Amino acid sequence: MAHFTKATSIKDWLNQRLAIEKVEKVMMSEYWIPKNINFLWAMGMVLVITFALLLVSGIFLLMYYQPNVNTAFDSVNYTIMREVDFGWLWRHVHGVAASVVFLIIYIHMFTGIYYGSYKKGREMIWISGMLLFVAFSAEAFSGYMLPWGQMSYWAGMVITNLFAGGSLHADGLVEWIRGDYVPAQAFLTRFFMLHVLLIPVAIMGLIGLHFGALRIPHVNNQDGEDIDFDVEADKYLKGDKAGSKVIRFANDFMAKDMMVVAFYLVFFFYLVFYHYGFAMDAVNFDPADGLKTPAHIYPEWYFLWSYEILRPFSTDIGLMAFAFAQVIFIMLPFLDRSPNTVPASRRGLFKYWFWAMLVDMIVLTAMGKLPPEGIFSTIGLVAALTFIGLWILLPIITMMEKKA
Amino acid sequence: MKNKEPLILVVVIIFTLVTYYLVEPFAHSQMHKHVESEHFAYADLPAPTKTGDVARGQELVLGAAACTGCHGIEAAGMPAPMDAVTAAASYGVNPPDLSNAGLVYDAKFLTDLIKNPAHALMVEHKFDINKGQMHPMVPFYGAGGDMDQEVADMVAYLVSIAPKAEDLTPAMAFETACGRCHAVHYEKWTQIGSKPMFKKKQDELAFDTQVLDYQDSLKAYMGKLPPDLSMYIRSRGEHFISTFVENPQNYLAGTAMPRVGVTAESAEKVIEYLEDSGDTKRHERESIGVNVMLYMLIFVIFAILWKKQVWRDLH
Amino acid sequence: MKDSSRRGFMGKAFGGVAAVGAVASLFAMKKSWDPLPSVKAAGFTTLDMSAYNENELVTEKWRGKPIFVLKYTADMIAKLDEKQKGRTIVVGSDHYMVNLGLCTHLGCIPSYDNAEKTFLCACHGGMYDFTGDVTKAPPPRGLDIPPFKIDGNALVLGEEGPEYKKMKETGVTL
Repeated sequence: MAHFTKATSIKDWLNQRLAIEKVEKVMMSEYWIPKNINFLWAMGMVLVITFALLLVSGIFLLMYYQPNVNTAFDSVNYTIMREVDFGWLWRHVHGVAASVVFLIIYIHMFTGIYYGSYKKGREMIWISGMLLFVAFSAEAFSGYMLPWGQMSYWAGMVITNLFAGGSLHADGLVEWIRGDYVPAQAFLTRFFMLHVLLIPVAIMGLIGLHFGALRIPHVNNQDGEDIDFDVEADKYLKGDKAGSKVIRFANDFMAKDMMVVAFYLVFFFYLVFYHYGFAMDAVNFDPADGLKTPAHIYPEWYFLWSYEILRPFSTDIGLMAFAFAQVIFIMLPFLDRSPNTVPASRRGLFKYWFWAMLVDMIVLTAMGKLPPEGIFSTIGLVAALTFIGLWILLPIITMMEKKA
Repeated sequence: MKNKEPLILVVVIIFTLVTYYLVEPFAHSQMHKHVESEHFAYADLPAPTKTGDVARGQELVLGAAACTGCHGIEAAGMPAPMDAVTAAASYGVNPPDLSNAGLVYDAKFLTDLIKNPAHALMVEHKFDINKGQMHPMVPFYGAGGDMDQEVADMVAYLVSIAPKAEDLTPAMAFETACGRCHAVHYEKWTQIGSKPMFKKKQDELAFDTQVLDYQDSLKAYMGKLPPDLSMYIRSRGEHFISTFVENPQNYLAGTAMPRVGVTAESAEKVIEYLEDSGDTKRHERESIGVNVMLYMLIFVIFAILWKKQVWRDLH
Repeated sequence: MKDSSRRGFMGKAFGGVAAVGAVASLFAMKKSWDPLPSVKAAGFTTLDMSAYNENELVTEKWRGKPIFVLKYTADMIAKLDEKQKGRTIVVGSDHYMVNLGLCTHLGCIPSYDNAEKTFLCACHGGMYDFTGDVTKAPPPRGLDIPPFKIDGNALVLGEEGPEYKKMKETGVTL
């Protein structure tokens, strides 16, 4: 049985019951991070802060939002935007954060790809990260339904239609997902539930997994160097802070993270107050109308690349290409056959593969929004084929890579 | 080892901006037609050549020209000959009260409107005299004298009874120019007027029934119910609204929406009305935005100082 | 030794029983997501086709959308060309136009002129003949035909009968 003594302080009292000193060591002061990193390593903290902003702003929106097809639009645009004090602020923060979080996720992802941070024991970090990407995508999509504007309705219609599986004609599945033949009350309420409960819970669980996956393989560094963390930590604790290759998570790494976060927040609040239009599509300020199709239907910018992989092909092939695009990133640790964990710039053909993939995804993103006509549709087709081609090439070019 | 961070930052920013440019300004320029503002000049309409006489104009408007057969003029003590619902049943839409017409509408437009309504309103595709389709507003065929002079007199009279420019409120401009076809339910505006607070449910239902009856006539006249404009400032934006109002045919050839013929000043008032409806907290947003940005500047400075202190002995 | 393997077996058996319960609850969860009976009932509209008068447009409702029903006169039937025949629904000896009453351009509701026997969309001037086929742009195609099944003298909207499937195959409707 545990032995308790009379506490000498509140800290001691807590320490006897919760081992807070030990927790502090494990989580903060003796959680070792490599020193040889750049600001891209702060994107994790930027994402945590953005998620917190989404959570807090979401709580306040939730207090006045009404998930009813007759009142949803006005509860957002009248009650929250006009009546609730600072309701407009929560909404703009929520809308802008929902868009910007994907920018940071993509930066975080491409950082991982560039520095090979998914290799040699770090596979689970990558996989849990990609699961988070999927969960965030579902969260973004379900949230986009809630204002019940024209884009909510028609994006809901088009995206749920994908589940019919083209020639499979699984209309029953589509109707099951919607709870109706068209997006209506059942559809809105269930996506509301997904958005405010089920998916956020899943996201929080996955964030825990993502962090946990970092503990054993440790954070990667700018040169992919294999650091002996025990030796370096010892050096640090003995006082050779400058010579050690590692730093404490708190406050060393945290201080740099928060500096990056500060710069990020300047950018973020600039968007919230002065440049929010990109995150809140104008078309969605028209109330949902099942009798009137908007002239252009497109998803939010962060889904455009995968949407464009779907679009240039005939229905069935498009769906297969789309399904391929959804799962392929998660397979990256197994498709990259090279033994080297170094930045892409030192990896032969992979260097070109990385930049080609980045540029191709930007081209796909741009074409996904443009109307699929003339030259745009040709460029879109080429970019979609390039995307698939690059993934087929990946195992081949990485196998050719020499051991560095 | 040299610091690569500035280079990395530049790369991240360039890729972000290129993506932003492609999916926002560029994509939207490809998807939507851009129409330049004509500054409400109505260059297609001839400039009035005659100087109008107010007294003579009054005689015509209230007498020979028979304007008051359909239009009320509250400013001159003339009530509307019919209530809005009955008028809409007869004409499709309630003819406007002319009290503010001389201020809200452009003089060139009014001059042309009196002579040839379908032409001034740009709905000749809908009302073709050769096919026997008459615009519900009867053109003025002259009262026996010089017709141009007579029209100029009537316009002069309407200008004389209109309120002063500084007294024009956003709501007045909107109600005169747009409010008989478009509801704005965030401002409690219906096509037949502001919806009052009712003590009895029966009275409220009776009012709602009148609105629905009016909307039915309007629907038959316009092809569909003209949209509620509550959130148009966010869904369409200021540029679209003002250029669309100026000349709807520029965007949607064949649309049933008429050219309204408002002056540039009235159009600004209409925009202000729509901003009050759909972007009510814009002033608060702007002033708080400045404060938040200033605070963020201080936040950044302290973050930098803390980092520098923590990292002093790590290098 | 024997005891511990028995314990291992009971552990697995308990796991199996728990799994049965979990799967059974999944079934309930799946069923809770199904469209409600009221929603399903509203998804099928049965029209009694004997109730319509010749050359008189009636607007019915199906799944929240307006449905145009127009019974042809003998004169109109005589005038049908091949393409128009493809769009026509024959119930017994009567001929009908049954279309989604939404302009295929931007979704306005066209109006019927029973003297001219044409549809005109007041929004942007699109025109359709009495079978719902487009005769004047901007609409990209004729009015859409809702899924239907001929059931004696009645038409069930929402079910796909052989006549509807044929129209879909031949590209008469989307």
